[in-house]
Amino acid sequence: MYVAVKGGEKAIENSKKLLAEDRRGDPRVPELTLDQIREQLSLAVDRVMTEGSLYDPELAALAVKQARGDLQEAIFLLRAYRTTLPRFGDSEPIDTAEMSVRRRISATYKDLPGGQVLGPSFDYTHRLLDFALAAGDNRPAAEIADAPVEGDMPRVTEILNYEGLIETEQPDDDGGPVFDLTRSSPRYPADRAARLQNLARGDEGFLLALGYSTQRGYGNNHPFAGEIRMGEVAVEFAPEELGFPIEIGEITVTECQMINQFQGSASQPPQFTQGYGLTFGHCERKAMSMALVDRALRAREFDEPIDAPAQDEEFVMAHSDNVEASGFVQHLKLPHYVDFQAELVTVRALRKSFEERIRDGSEGSVSDAAE
Amino acid sequence: MTSKLPSACSPEQSAERRARQRWMSTLAKAKAGDLEALWNNLPSKPAWTVIRSPEVGMVMARGRAGGTGARFNLGEVTVTRCAVQLDYGAVGFGYVMGRDKRHAELAAVIDAIMQTPSRRETLERAVIAPLSLRQEAATRERGQKAASTKVDFFTLVRES
Repeated sequence: MYVAVKGGEKAIENSKKLLAEDRRGDPRVPELTLDQIREQLSLAVDRVMTEGSLYDPELAALAVKQARGDLQEAIFLLRAYRTTLPRFGDSEPIDTAEMSVRRRISATYKDLPGGQVLGPSFDYTHRLLDFALAAGDNRPAAEIADAPVEGDMPRVTEILNYEGLIETEQPDDDGGPVFDLTRSSPRYPADRAARLQNLARGDEGFLLALGYSTQRGYGNNHPFAGEIRMGEVAVEFAPEELGFPIEIGEITVTECQMINQFQGSASQPPQFTQGYGLTFGHCERKAMSMALVDRALRAREFDEPIDAPAQDEEFVMAHSDNVEASGFVQHLKLPHYVDFQAELVTVRALRKSFEERIRDGSEGSVSDAAE
Repeated sequence: MTSKLPSACSPEQSAERRARQRWMSTLAKAKAGDLEALWNNLPSKPAWTVIRSPEVGMVMARGRAGGTGARFNLGEVTVTRCAVQLDYGAVGFGYVMGRDKRHAELAAVIDAIMQTPSRRETLERAVIAPLSLRQEAATRERGQKAASTKVDFFTLVRES
């Protein structure tokens, strides 16, 4: 007999009210503004935009506020919001060589044209808690050099390319379609475009762990951080009614090019190969992890053995998305009362037959009983 | 994308296109508040009709593998677009990142006026040039702050 059960509306309503009150916290403390979140929690905003797959700092700040700082929840909110908007089209590919650079470092060349520009980074801090920040009223001022950074900064891969020691990334046919996982389900084997889009939206923690696993020997690919750059690039879009591209604004991005030694194969000479990472905002750890995993996933292309999780594209792509992962894990909280009743009946029956067999001195195994 | 665009284009047309691309870029990158203030300072403004109401949507931002290789979809950016027609016929478009409808409408109106040769110079001086200067100054300052973090390597030579 199936009995529909209703109820809980009042409890749910009240739970939402309690959530709202808890979100606000002590009312004697001033309420957070979106400007404060956007300006002072900017790396949280950047992560939410990158994994939420929507560049809009105000919306991301709202999502962070609404989610009480739970960034995965904020990412979910932004993903849900983007489904309500129409898409006007696709941008021209952003040109990171034209980036207005705020940070640019290379671990492979000390002296390179344009130099090592550290920019704003935690790397050189001592990770000691700064109690001046707790006191408030901080008015720090950056130094201002006489001249801005050089406009023309060649990529490290270009430098290696002079000697032909690195694979060259060739542009595809610019008229053709580009796989879009928001419009079609992934097919395996997936192409690089599908993988890069998946990784760009993928969970930072998941990619960090996978990237780390490649360094520890699970699909080792000898990486060097060839170049990491962060700064602003223009977004160009060609509206149909105009017929030519126009700049519609500027976005901050972080790019990482990992350079990996490649021993060569029967068909390819020994050379350096690349892993690529690109994120919205300043998400350096994410961009680096993405580049490591991108390179690991290119194993098939280079006839490398595929024996580690980071090299298994179906495993990586199917589990990288934290909105999907979180949804499936958290669905376990939904009522499973009927399912569980069925399991109870089964386990009670198995238990009964098990006990009967023990009593009868039978040697039959539990798995036999289950069949 | 470039391959889809009309290839035959006279030098005058391409100069005109470049000019329009420049002002549309300046208008799109402007802070909405700056644009509004400069607009409010204009002594005379033409009347216009909105032919496509400001609409918020998205554009898929693309990157290239390795920076130079095959295209891929990075993620979307919010964009607001608007089309207007001036009372004397010129049509202007506004395409600006973000969700500010007023910004998109003003950008469209100014795009329309800029296409009117008799009004272009005044508007260039009153709106486009000041916005452009502000943007260049902001970019320059950002670049100067970054330059202050550039590493000066020096080598210690041991005298033996």
